[in-house]
Amino acid sequence: MESREEKESQGKILWKIFLSTLYLSAFTFGGGYVIVTLMKKKFVDEYHWIGEDEMLDLVAIAQSSPGAIAVNGAIVVGYKLLGIPGALVAILGTILPPFVIIAAISVCYNVFRSNFFVAQMLSGMQAGVGAVIASVTYDMGAPIVKEKDPMSLVIMLGAFLAACILEINVVYIVIVCGLIGLVRTLLSKRRSGK
Amino acid sequence: MIYLQLFLSFLQIGMFSFGGGYAAMPLIQGQVVTTHGWLTMSEFTDLITISQITPGPIAVNSATFVGLKIAGIPGAVVATVGCILPSCIIVTILARLYLKYRNLDLLQGVLKSLRPAVVAMIASAGILILKNAFWGSAESISLTGTEWSMVLIFGICVLLLRKTKLNPIWVMVLAGVMKVGISAMTNVL
Repeated sequence: MESREEKESQGKILWKIFLSTLYLSAFTFGGGYVIVTLMKKKFVDEYHWIGEDEMLDLVAIAQSSPGAIAVNGAIVVGYKLLGIPGALVAILGTILPPFVIIAAISVCYNVFRSNFFVAQMLSGMQAGVGAVIASVTYDMGAPIVKEKDPMSLVIMLGAFLAACILEINVVYIVIVCGLIGLVRTLLSKRRSGK
Repeated sequence: MIYLQLFLSFLQIGMFSFGGGYAAMPLIQGQVVTTHGWLTMSEFTDLITISQITPGPIAVNSATFVGLKIAGIPGAVVATVGCILPSCIIVTILARLYLKYRNLDLLQGVLKSLRPAVVAMIASAGILILKNAFWGSAESISLTGTEWSMVLIFGICVLLLRKTKLNPIWVMVLAGVMKVGISAMTNVL
């Protein structure tokens, strides 16, 4: 009897996870950081399913893992609530809206790309997206420069030369810089451990 | 075979993009434009633009867009699965470790060294997008070959983004409208 009730409520929670992630994913513009904040609102403040501190750490996991932050956020929340099934349902809810929207847009894209106004609009938006990226780079880069950590500056400069001038595959740059970070962290841990 | 290629490409994109959103952009460009030639630089920029004005992560949007273009709906599904698979595995393992040990020091230490590299790679991808916007697909950069209207729109957009808190989506839409206006005017004259 009890297990049946449990199962029912589990199904209900799964459904609720699906609907929440679907909704958040469909209506959140502005990328992963925004969606993670909204997830906190929903699952911590509204449903009280996850504690505030724990959510902060889960968000940290989502942000420090590779991949899209929105997807990672959905996985941690889903996994925390209902294990693997929870994670799968949350992923489905998160990727379904962009999948459908982009599929619809790419059909239109192929039909309308040659239209004069659409072509001009998209071409102007290239300059706009360039400006947005420049602005984001500044926002992300300025704190690192201000920190004045020489190693960070060397990494930044080295990675830029490697990517922009030498045109080295960015995968290698990520691996090398990740290894540098690993060695640095282990060294500083050993030092502070003494 | 094309499915396997799509899957492996987007697997790499999912596995090596740290830092969310724009961090995936240089990887997508590397795989989709440079390595496989599935999109031209202009199409890639269009894709980034479309990703910006629609909800959803850039990587997932790109997987759908590129997959559809190269191999239809199955291609889109394969690419999307490839791009989220690393997340699924890595995040689940980390969440499990975290729920057990409650410690993220090592991971965040690694991330601290990755962050400057990610910024640099985003800048590098941004430069390619601007080069394409200002000089088209021309091989050489020359003063006479410059599309000055694009430089002007870029300047206005940077100002709008830095000086006002206008939403980037609207800034981009405005950029498009400005270009339509300029082209319509030059066509009439």
